[in-house]
Parts: sequence; C-alpha cells; structure tokens
Amino acid sequence: MTRTGFDRQLTEIQEEMLLLATLVDNAIERSVRSLTERDLDLARQVITDDLRINRKRYEIEEKCLELIATQQPLASDLRTIVSVLYIIVDLERMADHAEGIAKIALMLADEPPLMPYVDIPRMAEIARRMLIASLETLKDRDAARARAICNEDDEVDALYDKVYGELVKLMVNDANIERATHLTWVAHNLERIADRVTNICERVVYLVEGKIEELNVSTY
Amino acid sequence: MVTSPLQYAAVPATARIDDVDATDAQQDVAMELRAVHAWYGHFRALKGVTLPVPKRRITAIIGPSGCGKSTLIRCLNRMNDLIPGFRIEGDVLFEGRNIYERGVDAVEVRRRIGMVFQKPNPFPKSNYDNVAFGARINGYDGKLNEIVERALRQAALWDEVHDKLHKSALALSGWQQQRLCIARALAVEPEVILMDEPCSALDPVATLKIEDLMRELAREYSIVIVTHNMQQAARVADYTAVMMMAEDRAGELIEYGPTSHIFTNPKEKRTEDYITGRFG
Repeated sequence: MTRTGFDRQLTEIQEEMLLLATLVDNAIERSVRSLTERDLDLARQVITDDLRINRKRYEIEEKCLELIATQQPLASDLRTIVSVLYIIVDLERMADHAEGIAKIALMLADEPPLMPYVDIPRMAEIARRMLIASLETLKDRDAARARAICNEDDEVDALYDKVYGELVKLMVNDANIERATHLTWVAHNLERIADRVTNICERVVYLVEGKIEELNVSTY
Repeated sequence: MVTSPLQYAAVPATARIDDVDATDAQQDVAMELRAVHAWYGHFRALKGVTLPVPKRRITAIIGPSGCGKSTLIRCLNRMNDLIPGFRIEGDVLFEGRNIYERGVDAVEVRRRIGMVFQKPNPFPKSNYDNVAFGARINGYDGKLNEIVERALRQAALWDEVHDKLHKSALALSGWQQQRLCIARALAVEPEVILMDEPCSALDPVATLKIEDLMRELAREYSIVIVTHNMQQAARVADYTAVMMMAEDRAGELIEYGPTSHIFTNPKEKRTEDYITGRFG
C-alpha cells in the first residue's frame, strides 16, 4: 500500500513553495537595489510582480486545501501541509514588505540620498541569507539548523537600531524629516522580513519534531 | 535552491508554547492488560500486550488486518473462552482482579463488560424482548419496562421504537438494529462496552450518528472500539492503541497514547507508516 499520487502532490506543493520563496527573495533584492540605485523601472517591476506572488500563494493554498479535503493527511503528511500553509503566508507578507520598500524607492528617487546606503543593504543581505537557509532546513528536515538561524535575527535588529538612531539624528534638520521617516520604514520592512524568517524556522521545527516552539522573541 | 555557505551551531529552544509530550498520566483506569499473550492452538495471536483502558473514555484499537485487534478486544470479556484451543497468559485486570482467575464467573464478566459486534445481530424477537433479554437471564425482576426504556433512550432509539416495542427487531433498519444491540448491551448495566467494528456495516451518515452516540455514552461508560477506519478512531477516541503483526505473525502493541498525538506526531515509525498509508 503506497501512495504514489499523494506523494507526488506533497512534493509539488513544497516545490512550488520553494519557487514562491525564490520570487520573494528576488523581490527583496530588487527592492533594495531600486532604492540604492534610484532605479524607477526596477521599483515599478517589484510592485507589479507582487501581484504574481500573491496569486502563487493562493494557488498553493488551494492545492493544500484540496489535499486536506481529499487525502485525509495524518502525522508528518499533515504537518507538512500545515507548515506549507503557514509558510506561504509569511512569504507573501515578505513580498509585501519588499513592495513597500519599492514604493519608498519611487518616492525618494527625485531627491538626493540622505545618507550613504551601507547598513540597509547589509540588513537585506542578512535577511535574504536567513530566508534561503530557512528553506534549506525545510528541504533537509533539519530542526537544529532551523533553530540556529533565528540567532541571526539579532544582527538584523541591531542594524535596525543603528539605522534608526542615525536617521533620528538627521531629523534635527527639518528638511530631512520626510526622507528620514521613509528610510526608517525601509529599515522596518527589512527587520520584519527577518522576523518572518524566524516564523518559517518555527514551522520547520514543527514539521520535523511535531512541537510548536516560539524560537525568537524579537525586540520589535 | 541556492546553497548557503553559512554553518550554524545548534542552540537550545528559547520557549516552548505547547508541550505535546504531556500525557494524561493520572487517568483512572477501568481495565488494564498486563503482558497479555494469547494463542489459538499453536498459533500465537498476541504477544506481550500491556494497555490501560481509561475510565469513561473511548480507547480505539487500530492496526492492519490480522494484527490481533479482535483477539485483543475479545480477551477483555473472555469472549475467546468459547474458541477451542484458545489460551491466554498475563493479566486482564478489572477492578484490580484478573478476569481469567479461577473462580471468576465468565457470565458475570460479560454482563459488566458488554460487547457490540460488527454486524447488528438482534435476536429474532421483538424490540422489547431483545433489550430485556440480558436483564431477564440475569434475574432482574419487576422494573423491566423501566430498564428497557432507559436503555433505549441511552441508545438514542426510544423515539423511533417506543410505539413498536413489540414488533420484530428484524424490521428495523441496519443502524436502528445496531442501536438496539447497543441498548441490549446497556440494559444489563455494564461498566465497560466493547465494540468490534461497530460501524463497518453502516453507511457514512449512520456511522457518524453512532460515533455521536459513543461520545454520549462515554460520559458514563468506558468504551473500547476496534476499528480499521482510522478516521473513525481519530474522530471518536480519546486514546488510541496501534497494533501490528510481528515477524512471527503474533499481534503486538506498538504505540499507545492520546489520539491527537498518535495522529499528528506518532513516536514510532511503524505507526507513522501505517496511518499515513505507506505501510507494507
């Protein structure tokens, strides 16, 4: 008694989730680049592509619901489907954060940069590295590594503190307030993306061990 | 996927919201099997089964065909005594006493530990006489009408048969017959009810109704159900025991625990393979 068809569908939803993650990772990378390189076309592209990401998320969600309704999944099959259902929501929300950054890139494009972009791209780099690593732990069913990834969120939080402090100082000059506020939003979006990676890691631990653990209580 | 060059060190979890290992250890037991082995002639049917039957809870026994589920449930009220060549070792404790001990009255055991079978098996008698049957042979006097009504109400059948109590039970539908058999078991006031595939001859709607009835009955009775329908065990049982055939084909218990644990996060690989349909 094997379940070839069901196994194939289970693999499919996970592969599609990884595809969704790749789209999201691209969105994050391009959104920050559109800001630092003041690339309006790229920013618009990120905003348009967000619709595609949303659609993909709903497609995967429907497949998961169909599997629950038709296959009565249990044990690790059930945990896999439930994990996918949660993870695609986090992925989709990460893309929304990227879209938010792209919108700010559009708003700031006509003005000179307020500060050199060093820490913001650094935050994006760490968040993306965490995202990719989290999905690898899901593929490898590696709960120990999923837990370890969450530690990196502290690095992102620390950079957020730093950027925030610098921007507040720049606000002393009235002319900077609007741009500085927008940039705090960029940093905030990146900080949230890293937080959502820790949610993915929690789902990996649940998938592998059947335990629901809160892995990272973020400062924010 | 892109591979990450990062190496991570394992760290302990920071917080645990839900400890899924928490079990209901303080549960009162109605019955308890301790290292039970059983044979039919030379064939060993059960190997070392140790299992509690919690009071006023539903315990499901699941497992593939031939794994000893029915043998096990029939050990719980000495129903196997009637099979030539049957032999049992170990303890089947009911109120602290082994029901296989010398001097224990098997008929009394079966009164207090009742059974409902796979196919509804009413006697070719009236509805009333079916329910009153056990009470009559157990020597109840006087209040037979009350006993019959109470049992039929508990089995959720009273409203359908109160005006045809003296009509033949064979005229009832399948699921009415099954409830009549449940009423017949209840009429002798048992403490434990054993159900061996009680829904396998019923349609899905009747099955759900019997399951509702089981939940009602579990307020007062301890119930053990054998089922090959895993979804039924998942829906109805508080605790689930998983049995498998060992290499010598004897049935053994491989896992027991709260139903939600068994179906979401079983500890044993064989349980996982069986309940996810990847067994064999």
